[in-house]
Amino acid sequence: MFNQLATWLVVDVLNMELTSRLGGALHFFIYDTTKILFLLAVMIFAISFIRSFFPPEKVKEWLEGRRKGVASVMAAFLGVLSPFCSCSTVPLFIGFVEAGIPLGITFTFLISSPIVNEISLVMLFSIFGWKVALIYVLAGITLAIVAGYIIGKLKMEKHVESYVYEIAAGNEEVNMQGRDNRTFAEKIKAVFSRKELKERTIFAARNVVETIQKMWLYLLIGIGIGAFIHEYAPQDLLVKYAGEGNFFAVPIATIIGVPLYSNAIGALPIVEALLNKGVGPGTALAFMMAITALSLPEIILLRKVIKPKLIAVFVGVVTSGIILIGYGFNAIL
Amino acid sequence: MNIKILGTGCKKCQELEKNTRMAVEEVQVDAVIEKVEDIKEIMKYKVMSTPALVIDEKVVSTGKLLTVKELKGMLA
Repeated sequence: MFNQLATWLVVDVLNMELTSRLGGALHFFIYDTTKILFLLAVMIFAISFIRSFFPPEKVKEWLEGRRKGVASVMAAFLGVLSPFCSCSTVPLFIGFVEAGIPLGITFTFLISSPIVNEISLVMLFSIFGWKVALIYVLAGITLAIVAGYIIGKLKMEKHVESYVYEIAAGNEEVNMQGRDNRTFAEKIKAVFSRKELKERTIFAARNVVETIQKMWLYLLIGIGIGAFIHEYAPQDLLVKYAGEGNFFAVPIATIIGVPLYSNAIGALPIVEALLNKGVGPGTALAFMMAITALSLPEIILLRKVIKPKLIAVFVGVVTSGIILIGYGFNAIL
Repeated sequence: MNIKILGTGCKKCQELEKNTRMAVEEVQVDAVIEKVEDIKEIMKYKVMSTPALVIDEKVVSTGKLLTVKELKGMLA
């Protein structure tokens, strides 16, 4: 379908030969973008619909007072389903602390949310197939759980800015209001009412539009850089320095990726081009994980709630985890 | 009527403020619109995702960029 659309546009509308270089490139570009956009629209709609059942306020409620092991696994999976806009990082963090959720589990949620989501899934699936996508998701969830566990064990609570605890203490009374007192049956009934379903559908549809509005530029830039690497990056040089033969390729790729801010959409076309040039698969995926998991803007936001030492531990633990995952990928893929 | 928009200054928060001003103008209600950017103030309302909308000290929406049409429905 996308192939035919691309052919029709290039041959019939633009009057170009598919065999010409420009025509061929254009065909590839249209085919790739329409296919990815279509998959994205479908996936974002489906996940947003599911997500409307998991707002962060609810996630917080579910995690409150749970046993640590259970809560940590739950936080990792809920992070997948409930991504948050990076500008909500601070209120989210304070909300979790306020609810008495352990620091490690809060970090598990903060780590899993940006790494694993429907967008990275679509992009990984469309480029590498479902096996790689699945391994990536499992690796991301494991990383979130283990990194959160380590941060929890290090007892870093005093490295959270003190005003966070002050807010938490001051708000306790309000906490008790607003509790949902409906019975389970009433809740279920409400969820499946016409009105609610309609609202969730509208929410999901709007999310598709919003996300694509926000992403298309990243996608184009990503494809652009990918195309540039594809055409101009010297293969022998990349293989020599970033191929599987170089032991330091993974850490270097990870460290380059950490400060960069992009989402899976922008990162993956670059990763694809690097792979085609002979860069090891683990190196390329570690690069992508580092780009999505950590970024300078996010660290600056987190600085508002946690002190430099805890930031350093957070960045250090996550970075080391990504490097290990990169070696793992290189070994099995 | 007192309307507060809670948000730490991201793009969605600014757009919500814009939409709210337009809705208030169209419905022609008497309202004071206030933008709250201080995180301590924001957290008093127990919201975890921004932008959030507070009408007369009651949180009516969180984490959503409401359209002018939806806002008009809430204000009327």
